[in-house]
Amino acid sequence: MTKKNIIYRGAEAEICIAKYKGFKAIQKKRIPKSYRIKHIDDRLISLRTKEEAKLITEARQSGVAVPIIYDVDLKNGIITMEYLDGKRIKDVLNDLSEEERDSICTKIGESIARFHNNDIIHGDITTSNMILSNEQVHFIDFGLGEKNNEIEAKGVDLHVLMEAIESTHSQYSSCFDYVLEEYKKVLKDDANLVIKKIQEIVKRGRYR
Amino acid sequence: MICLGIEGTAHSIGVGVVENVSGKCKVLSNMIKIYRPKKGGIHPREAANHHALYIADLLKESVSKAQVDFSEVDLISFSKGPGLGPCLRTAATAARALSLSLNRPIIGVNHCVAHLEIGRGTLDDCKDPVLLYTSGANTQVIAFAEGRYRVFGETLDIGIGNCLDKFGRTVGLDFPCGPQIEKLASKGKKYLELPYSIKGMDIAFSGLLTAAEQYYKKNESLEDICYSMQETTFAALTEVTERAMAHTEKDEVLLGGGVASNRRLCDMVQTMAHDRDARFFVPSKDLCIDNGAMIAWLGVLMYNSGIRMKVENSFIDQRFRTDMVDVSWHD
Ligand SMILES: Nc1ncnc2c1ncn2[C@@H]1O[C@H](COP(=O)(O)OP(=O)(O)O)[C@@H](O)[C@H]1O
Ligand SMILES: [Mg+2]
Repeated sequence: MTKKNIIYRGAEAEICIAKYKGFKAIQKKRIPKSYRIKHIDDRLISLRTKEEAKLITEARQSGVAVPIIYDVDLKNGIITMEYLDGKRIKDVLNDLSEEERDSICTKIGESIARFHNNDIIHGDITTSNMILSNEQVHFIDFGLGEKNNEIEAKGVDLHVLMEAIESTHSQYSSCFDYVLEEYKKVLKDDANLVIKKIQEIVKRGRYR
Repeated sequence: MICLGIEGTAHSIGVGVVENVSGKCKVLSNMIKIYRPKKGGIHPREAANHHALYIADLLKESVSKAQVDFSEVDLISFSKGPGLGPCLRTAATAARALSLSLNRPIIGVNHCVAHLEIGRGTLDDCKDPVLLYTSGANTQVIAFAEGRYRVFGETLDIGIGNCLDKFGRTVGLDFPCGPQIEKLASKGKKYLELPYSIKGMDIAFSGLLTAAEQYYKKNESLEDICYSMQETTFAALTEVTERAMAHTEKDEVLLGGGVASNRRLCDMVQTMAHDRDARFFVPSKDLCIDNGAMIAWLGVLMYNSGIRMKVENSFIDQRFRTDMVDVSWHD
């Protein structure tokens, strides 16, 4: 892989365009951080690479749109996956019509409920980590996720999205309500417990 | 314009006097008195009694240190929140009394926003930073976006300062424990595995605290535990800060809050900034901890942008959120 084709440099990883057995693919490589000691750095990079590949695969089995995983290199912290031709929700949400926005939010709520039904916690549900491709909302970037069946974990997961919507799409904060509306319908457990949890988390942190 | 600011959100009561010198903040004085509970955590009412005891003298000292006369003060500013009710009320009452007796306008300001503005006001080239604000009760990552200061990440349970203090108390260190933990950590060698918990740009410490206490019960070296705690918590704080910088596409980072005096935390954030070609800023220690000068400076900014407050409306707000402030002075 040459450095030339980096299409995105995020806080923790570099994304490159690549080919995998003839398919257009992307490679996500987690970059070592010199501010933290090697022990922590090695542990985080290999844990997150492993977790991300595993959770993306499981999310697919739960009926959530995600990229296909082609290859995982734990030692170098590289995941090779399907290239999704589309745009990030972050970049399109503010420019959509009211109706389109509702429909996207409904899809988001449905997908989250589906992976939560299988106790998959995403860990970083923001609109940067969703790609609109073929009219489907694909979820990416499960590196901070885990398997966890607790209400608390699901509440925290949704709380991240709530904050992301408040800060990045502040004019459209009703988006989160649409997400929750569909989430309630699709979640097998009592979604009101999760929603109560979100309110509790809000009180705990920001309000002391 | 000269403004006197009164800070009183938690364990510190502070009075600062600042002057607006062509848009930059000149600190004329900044006096702080810190309530230190003999044992256990902070008791709001006792802290408020402490503040009430010292506020009159602090006002006099601060004004005389600033070499101004009370009659030269143009504006009175106070910490409206967030914070502990009794402490906030003590500071606000003093501000109201002063405002009425000097016949000068009063303004209540957000404590968290003040931590950010004092960096922009006193440091050259610090214009639009992501603030990592770490104190006892607060741990937040704040940046300007869409007309407001917004919280991009924060603690999901306890503040980093409280986490260090709670551990310190368990192992018998004196309050505040941060500086002693820093000293012990510098002698640590072995890294002991601790939970590293970040969710999005939020962060949690209570699992790590429990694990660290368990190492202590198992007689692991205190130096190694302190080292491992610092390395883990500070790496996580640096990581969420970097994530916020990438997310908001900003290339300045500012530290604030008492924990910003920790060398290791500064080093980590500075290294992170360097690696992504961003600039790193940290105010002097007396402007990092809770202080009156930052409250005074934010008062100046708000007043100059046309914001006014009547004494009868100078309420406190224990849960005053950072993103509730309409930031009309930021371009
Ligand atoms: N499978 C993919 N197909 C197309 N673009 C992708 C894909 N995965 C990631 N990207 C692009 O790269 C960016 C960063 O990827 P992400 O996995 O979210 O890494 P990070 O941890 O740095 O946020 C995404 O916002 C998206 O623009
Ligand atoms: Mg991402």
